[in-house]
Amino acid sequence: MYTFSNRLKIGSFIAMGLGVIFLAIGFLSAPSTVEEAKAIVAAHDDGHGGGHGQEAVSHGGDQGHGESAAHGAEASHDEGHDASHDEHLLHQLQNKPWAALYVAAFFFFMIALGVLAFYAIQRAAQAGWSPLLFRVMEGITSYLVPGGIVVFVILVLSVMHMNHMFVWMDADVVAHDELLQGKAGYLNPTFFLVRAAIFLGGWIFYREYSRKLSLAQDESDDDSNFIKNFRWSAGFLVFYLVTESMMSWDWIMSLDPHWFSTLFGWYVFASMFVSGITVIAMVTIYLKSKGYLEQVNNSHIHDLAKFMFGISIFWTYLWFAQFMLIWYANIPEEVTYYVARFQDFKLPFFAMLAMNFVFPLLVLMNSDYKRVNWFVIMAGIVVLAGHYLDIFNMVMPATVGDQWYIGLPEIGGILFFGGLFVYWVFNTLTKAPLQPKRNPFIEESRHFHY
Amino acid sequence: MASKVIQALYHDDDVLMHAVKKVRAEHHHIEEVYTPFPVHGLDKAMGLADTRIAITSFMYGCLGLTVAIVMMNYIMIEDWPQDIGGKPSFSYLENMPAFVPIMFELTVFFAAHLMVITFYLRSKMWPFKKAENPDKRTTDDHFLMEIGVHDNEQELTDLLWETGAVEIKVTEKES
Repeated sequence: MYTFSNRLKIGSFIAMGLGVIFLAIGFLSAPSTVEEAKAIVAAHDDGHGGGHGQEAVSHGGDQGHGESAAHGAEASHDEGHDASHDEHLLHQLQNKPWAALYVAAFFFFMIALGVLAFYAIQRAAQAGWSPLLFRVMEGITSYLVPGGIVVFVILVLSVMHMNHMFVWMDADVVAHDELLQGKAGYLNPTFFLVRAAIFLGGWIFYREYSRKLSLAQDESDDDSNFIKNFRWSAGFLVFYLVTESMMSWDWIMSLDPHWFSTLFGWYVFASMFVSGITVIAMVTIYLKSKGYLEQVNNSHIHDLAKFMFGISIFWTYLWFAQFMLIWYANIPEEVTYYVARFQDFKLPFFAMLAMNFVFPLLVLMNSDYKRVNWFVIMAGIVVLAGHYLDIFNMVMPATVGDQWYIGLPEIGGILFFGGLFVYWVFNTLTKAPLQPKRNPFIEESRHFHY
Repeated sequence: MASKVIQALYHDDDVLMHAVKKVRAEHHHIEEVYTPFPVHGLDKAMGLADTRIAITSFMYGCLGLTVAIVMMNYIMIEDWPQDIGGKPSFSYLENMPAFVPIMFELTVFFAAHLMVITFYLRSKMWPFKKAENPDKRTTDDHFLMEIGVHDNEQELTDLLWETGAVEIKVTEKES
């Protein structure tokens, strides 16, 4: 049985505490009036103006323009700082702490969800190498419950107009926007929350039920629990693929309600999958370094690192497939999405490509390095940071536009949810023996050697 | 120069693996093992040095990438400047996304083909070459281990029978 080391526990509490303080500072320093917003911008911004037309575009119909895309692309809009513009700026600055909170909440939630998908695939494929790692994966997926609830609460608060992240939730905006009116059958607050509840309910149900079967298998004297788990996992994967895709449209793509990409679900999936696998590898290596999981050998680590490498390339493939078609076709209503990122988000945009593609490609290519624990940890940290930036790039342009900055609220969000994640995951790991006893493939996993 | 070798045939790869380990433990030099399919872990058991083909593959990949970049730059930018996707920038960097599929394909193409050719050269294989394997059955279901004999024929024969060989013969081999 694993015991939660005090140092890690205290560390996670300190991270959560600092996170709360930083987030609170972020929320308190957000402007509440147009004058304050203007003062903030004037204080630390002089290169104002260039990005503005674009950010209006990415922000969809905040001023209620029907063809915001075509309109903004002309960038003809900053004729003086009219009142609606100032209000727009205010909304962006008010969104900043919310967006920081949302990106971090979603990022850590997505790790747990990615691990859940990986776990279900191992179960459905009846993989022989991985059963030794099942308890680690189950520990990580336990974060689905608190993480999912937090994301859901943020979505409910958005529906209640506590922030302006999702412009389509604003009835005023929809009233002046024919495109949004056309989408209202799907994209309306009630149905949005109902869908979110169904997605989360389904995922959490599978997680809890599969965990129960997994623990029951250890105590039983036949394989019935194992077989049941196999069937539920196969069924879950079907449910997951559909709901994950819709979740990515709802929770992220709808931030830019005029823009759409047909492979967005896959793109978000690749991000969560690679982040999840990275975290499995990191937690496994951590536990091994503390003397647990003696049976896990460097071939298991090698396999996880191969997945990190492979899924990083897969992510790049999807990212590029999405980017290249839009870049090539150059249709105004599509291309604005990338114009906003190129103009206002150059650093995180290109840093993310380097961290998520070039870095793992070169660093994890050598087969021997994939068996070196500290090497996998270092590569994992960069990959995780890269995928945080990826989510940052998905959310920020639509919510805060060129007012983005990685400051206290962003770091606070990472610290708070990172602390909560570590606390919850390692606390769950103490609840059951780290090695399954009666999994029919446990012998194969123990002797796994490549 | 002809040398005397002893050849032992096995018909199970597990038996072969154990035999290889045992022969090596007795400090005999295994010259070659012929198998109908790649036997996992045999290279380590025989004490062969790790292959360096992965390094050549990486270099060929870099070469392919370079060829793609130079080629596309010449074709699409310099020799006959193209207006790509309605963006007449005539700069390689700005049109780069359009060339990525070609850069990718040529990287893979060079890495794969040159790696196979390197493998053939390194294994001394070329068209019309006479097969080296001493027994045709090693292309079907038998495994053959070949050990050099240095006045220890009897000792080796006994050892090999012990390891589960199904057939043993001693021959002169042209080298």
